[in-house]
Amino acid sequence: MATYSTNEFKSGLKVMLDGDPCAIVENEFVKPGKGQAFNRVRLRNLKTGKIWERTFKSGESLDSADVMDVEMQYLYNDGEFWHFMHPDTFEQKAADEAAIRDAKQWLKEEDVCTITLYNGNPLSVSPPNFVEMEIVETDPGFKGDTAGTGGKPATLSSGAVVRVPLFVQQGEVVRVDTRTGEYVSRVKE
Amino acid sequence: MQDWRPTTALCALEDRASLLQQIRRFFEQRQVLEVCTPQLAACGVTDPHVPCIPVPGYGYLQSSPEYHMKRLLAAGAPAIYQISHVFRDAEQGPRHNPEFTLLEWYRPGFSLDQLIDECVTLMQSLLAPSGVIRLTFRDLFRQHTGLDPLTGDLAAMTRQAREQGLTESLSRAQLVDLLMATRVERALPADQLVVVTDFPGWAAALAQTRTDTDGETVACRFECYFAGQELANGYLELTDAQEQAQRFATDRSLRRELGLTDMAADPALLAALSHGLPDCAGVAVGLERLLMARRRADDISEVWSFPAGRA
Repeated sequence: MATYSTNEFKSGLKVMLDGDPCAIVENEFVKPGKGQAFNRVRLRNLKTGKIWERTFKSGESLDSADVMDVEMQYLYNDGEFWHFMHPDTFEQKAADEAAIRDAKQWLKEEDVCTITLYNGNPLSVSPPNFVEMEIVETDPGFKGDTAGTGGKPATLSSGAVVRVPLFVQQGEVVRVDTRTGEYVSRVKE
Repeated sequence: MQDWRPTTALCALEDRASLLQQIRRFFEQRQVLEVCTPQLAACGVTDPHVPCIPVPGYGYLQSSPEYHMKRLLAAGAPAIYQISHVFRDAEQGPRHNPEFTLLEWYRPGFSLDQLIDECVTLMQSLLAPSGVIRLTFRDLFRQHTGLDPLTGDLAAMTRQAREQGLTESLSRAQLVDLLMATRVERALPADQLVVVTDFPGWAAALAQTRTDTDGETVACRFECYFAGQELANGYLELTDAQEQAQRFATDRSLRRELGLTDMAADPALLAALSHGLPDCAGVAVGLERLLMARRRADDISEVWSFPAGRA
């Protein structure tokens, strides 16, 4: 297995730490005058999403993590697993609750998601940055209110709840930024 | 697209040019002679913490002009200074670049205190600090960690290192280095020049050692810090050839333990010391650090036109 020395550490590099795959977020070289050099490293644990801060003696190395990102289409949820398919090879992968985490509220059939695979299995799922979904439930707004005053909650077909302006009605399709969970615009059918 | 542009602003280039002029004027007024020694030479250094860059067929890019300048002094040179480019392998970060500029000067007949005074005078003229604080390494370390670097409890020191995300086990010297770099330096006052003296004996490098009032061995070495950054490192120079040969041998056995490549003890420096190096004090100042402090820059790329990766 490949290893990376501290002087090869850079943002985005995938390494193994304490048995978990991690992505390096930041690497700072520090050295007191004529003394031992160290690397202060921030890593994201790819299993839990948590940030770790570690200090290594410069020159130490970590094993590389067999982690890669692939684009796959969302197919369906069978109650336990969320199934995805590679659009070219038709290869399928099943992601469990731990991998899907918050992404599940933004999944729409046939949308293309980024799946992070670790040793070939889904480790995490990133939905598209923008999704378009139908509003299945929201209170009727007041006629003539187009400016919006804080808006109202609306439930989307996936079950996600977002705030929409008062003029947006049940049955309409809206565009939502999945990174912030915020309404972007109405989508004209 | 290829990053061909410099990372420095034009005003940083002008600031460097004016800094160099100020430094040359300072030494001209004090009748210190500017010299030039090789940047490429047969030997590197044995110090395990100073990684040299080898040049196949020639030797090493020099990590400091120290050995050659001491050879000039042994041959009878008067007070000398040099502004040179130096090289250290794999040192890269917000405050480090593998190639950087060093101002180094030597004063035959000076005590360490005389050199500290001269260094502080130069720093005051270049940086205009609001004040100067002087304290020993032990006092500084104790102030910020509550522990004595030489005699403090190792378990307590290790606990503080763990708080900095360390999981490996380290020697006392390494723990002290880690806490200096991660805690002490960062807590230093931003606008005052801090002169630290009496470094631990293990950090003497090429400095003489002495016994402090507690009977502990300390190095006749000082450093100047400004804005939390180390700017200058000076020694009352070791002149004893045998002691120097012994330190080279200790470095080489430490290199073996650490699994580092062996480095030859420079026979020319040892021969010069045997011939006789006059009593002298010398100091080196990182000019990029000085420029960073002057400009309140956070990253060396703001003062070094083409950092590694773009050079």
